[in-house]
Amino acid sequence: MAKTRTVEILVGAFMAVGFVALFFLAMKVSNLSAALNADGYALTARFDNVGSLKVRSPVSMAGVRVGRVETIRFDQETYQAVATLRIDPRFDRIPADTFANIFTAGLLGEQYIGLDPGGSPDYLADGDQIEHTQSALVLEQMIGQFLFSKAEEGSE
Amino acid sequence: MIDALASLGRSGLSALANIGRAHLLLIGILAGVPSMLARPRLLIAQLFGIGVLSLLIILVSGLFVGMVLGLQGYYVLSQFGAAESLGVMVSTSLVRELGPVVTALLVAGRAGSALTAEIGLMKATEQLSGLEMMAVDPVRRILTPRFFGGLVSMPLLAAMFSAVGVLGGYFVGVGLLGVDDGAFWSQMQAKVDFHEDIVNGVVKSVVFGIVVAWIALFQGYEATPTSAGVSRATTRTVVHSALAVLGLDFVLTALMFGE
Repeated sequence: MAKTRTVEILVGAFMAVGFVALFFLAMKVSNLSAALNADGYALTARFDNVGSLKVRSPVSMAGVRVGRVETIRFDQETYQAVATLRIDPRFDRIPADTFANIFTAGLLGEQYIGLDPGGSPDYLADGDQIEHTQSALVLEQMIGQFLFSKAEEGSE
Repeated sequence: MIDALASLGRSGLSALANIGRAHLLLIGILAGVPSMLARPRLLIAQLFGIGVLSLLIILVSGLFVGMVLGLQGYYVLSQFGAAESLGVMVSTSLVRELGPVVTALLVAGRAGSALTAEIGLMKATEQLSGLEMMAVDPVRRILTPRFFGGLVSMPLLAAMFSAVGVLGGYFVGVGLLGVDDGAFWSQMQAKVDFHEDIVNGVVKSVVFGIVVAWIALFQGYEATPTSAGVSRATTRTVVHSALAVLGLDFVLTALMFGE
């Protein structure tokens, strides 16, 4: 009888350790702890070109992450990309004339949306649209413009 | 010519018959769930045999796999000046692939072969027929608890493997190679998604648990009841489980992560 008891205790400990390991993976390794308070409010922003911005890319303000990109879709009327940003509810005082830029983290890093606060006394609320946006810089376009301006300089 | 055709047909038919018998066995095993729930002690004994006794090999392998990933990942990532992404590399490779797959291979070798040998010997020594004589269905009484023992143990073991592996990678990366502590964890948390990575990894290991336990039990149940037959069945369990796990891993990965 004592033997079965030991087996039961060991199996119980085994299952408990297994669930602790799963919990560790969920909370410490993955983003679940951040996703738990993922409600927040949605803002939309229209870009002429989102570059390689992806769903779940970070939205940051002064380098601090304030939210994530929730969806990116294409608007057939205006031929623009419409990104929905899910902003953490703690950051509820983003001025209405805030500027949204698409930046690249580092030389080879992924792209993210950087918000530059404006000076408006009104704050953005759920469902509002960010009016001022700047598209992602596409490397080929930049090189093309650079060569073009160089050629113009040369012809003068 | 006709003989060659006939032997091809014979092997095809016997392969089909094997698949059919394996499915009938699976149905029989699943039909034993109510009687197993009435005697949870049988399941607990199997969880002990398959889960607890596999702990040592799983934890030690997980630790070393994580440490090697830390070393090799650092070598590649530091060339791109991205050594801080070491945590992402170690954790995604463990949670998505290595955790479920290596655990399944180790469990197939450590516990699957033992299941086949046990059931094959029960058959050889006519213990299974003995049970039938006593009007006890051997599939329900013997196979069902073993099947669910494997099914429940596998995801838990895989989670432990991944968790210990991440700690091993942390130990090598942060402790020995000097990667920044905060960046290691924060980049990992930013890039590893709960549903995309962790849940899919658990789904994989559940599938592998079903497949490994199923193959082991089928091979044992169908083994030729001689010592040579049991030894061949044990070998087949390990080979078939390894092939099935690796093949299914490709299919599951393509379904889950392929866009």
